[in-house]
Amino acid sequence: MKLIITATAPGLEAPVDPRFGRGAYFVVVDTDTMQWQAHKNEAVNAAGGAGTQAAQFVAQQAAGAVISGDFGPNAYIALAAGEVKMYLLGASQTVSEAVANYVGGKLQEVRAPTGAGHHGGRGG
Amino acid sequence: MAAGAAEARGGATPPLRIAVASGKGGTGKTTVAVSLALSLAADAQGLPPAFLDCDVEGPNAHLFLRPNFERREDVAIQIPRVDAAKCTACGRCAEVCQYHAIVVLGRRTLVFPQLCHGCGSCTLVCPEDAISEEPHVIGVLEAGAAAGDIPFARGVLNVGEPMAVPIIRQLKQWGLAAHSAAGRTAILDAPPGASCPVVETVRGADYLLFVTEPTPFGLHDLRLAADVAAELGIPAGVVINRDGIGDAAVDAFCADAGLPVLLRIPFERAIAEGVAQGRTLVEIHPEYAPRLRSLFAAIVEQAARPAARKGDSG
Repeated sequence: MKLIITATAPGLEAPVDPRFGRGAYFVVVDTDTMQWQAHKNEAVNAAGGAGTQAAQFVAQQAAGAVISGDFGPNAYIALAAGEVKMYLLGASQTVSEAVANYVGGKLQEVRAPTGAGHHGGRGG
Repeated sequence: MAAGAAEARGGATPPLRIAVASGKGGTGKTTVAVSLALSLAADAQGLPPAFLDCDVEGPNAHLFLRPNFERREDVAIQIPRVDAAKCTACGRCAEVCQYHAIVVLGRRTLVFPQLCHGCGSCTLVCPEDAISEEPHVIGVLEAGAAAGDIPFARGVLNVGEPMAVPIIRQLKQWGLAAHSAAGRTAILDAPPGASCPVVETVRGADYLLFVTEPTPFGLHDLRLAADVAAELGIPAGVVINRDGIGDAAVDAFCADAGLPVLLRIPFERAIAEGVAQGRTLVEIHPEYAPRLRSLFAAIVEQAARPAARKGDSG
C-alpha cells in the first residue's frame, strides 16, 4: 500500500519532519516495493490554511495512511473526511524507519487532533 | 451647536478624519487619541468629534471614554455552503480558493469557515450551482454616547476568528457616515502594527498621527508605519511619548523623513500612574487640553496642503 511520510528532504533516509501542514516534503512510499517519490510541500509558506492544503494533496495521492508528528484541527478534519488514516512518527528518525515501524504495527494511530490550531485554526 | 461652527473650526469640507497609529504597540495611541477627542469636545467652538476604536482585536478606548452602548450590529462574512446532492466533487472550488478554506476529499467537499475570507470565488466557479452563501458572524459593532458627548463606536472581533479587516470596514461605514454628514471631526484609534487592519483603518484618512516612543523599538516600527502613510499618500505627523528615555534616533528619523513632531509628552510617573487608574492624560494634566487643540490646529493646516492629498480618495 501507499504511505506518506513528512520529511525534511527527499529520499528514504531523509530525516522525518514532525510538522504535517508545514513539513518540507511528502515522501510517498509503496510498502510492497519500497519505491518512493518525493513532493515538495507547496503549503510550507502559506499564510494560512497549510493544513487543509496539505490534506488536499495527500488525499489526491490516494494514500492509505499518512505518518507525521502533529495533525492540527483543520488537517485532522480534512484527512478524516478523506478517509486517510493518520499515525504519529513515534521514535522514527528517518522515512525508512517510519515505514518499518508502520509495517511492524508500532505506530500510534491518531483519532483526534494532536495540536491546537495554528493561524486560522479553531484551536483545542 | 451648529454644524457650521465645526466646519469653521475644521476649515475643511467634509470634516477631517484623523487616524492615530504607531507601529509599535503600547506607545500611547489610545492615551493620545482619547485625550485629543476630549480636548476637542471641551472646545466650545464646535461639535464633539466622533471616536472610532478600530483596534478590534483588543479594543480599550472605552475604558477611558466610558460610552453607554445603545446600538449593536453583528458583522458577518458570507461563507460557502455546499449542497451535497448537487456537488460532483469536481474540485474547481478548492482550486480557486486562495486560502484553502474549501477542500475536496474523495467525494466530499468540506468548508473551513475560519479560513474563509468571504470572497465568493467558489460560488462563482461552481459549474453545478451547488454552492450558496450563508452569513457567518465574526464580531460585533457597538455604539453610544461617551464622556464629553462624544459619539463613540467600536468593533469587537470574536475570540477564535482571525480576520479583523471586515469588522473595521463595516465599523467605518456604520460609524462614520452620519457624523461626517453632521460635520464632525472623526478620530480613529488604529490597531498596532503596519499590516492589513492598520491599512484598512487609515485608508481614507485625511491625516495620520503617529504616537511613538524614542527607543530603537519605537523607531523600528515607526519606520514601517511611516511607509504605509507614504504608500497611501496620507500626510502624517508624530507625537513622541515618554520623551526623555531612549535616544535621539526618532527625532533624526522624523527630520529626515519630513515628519513634523507635533507634541512631546515626557516620561513621567504621574502620567503612568494615572493611566493605570483609567484616567486620561487631560484629566491627569489639564494643561494638555490646549496643547492638543494646538496640535489639532497644526493637523488642520497640514492636511489642507494640496501637495500631500494625492491618495485620500479611498
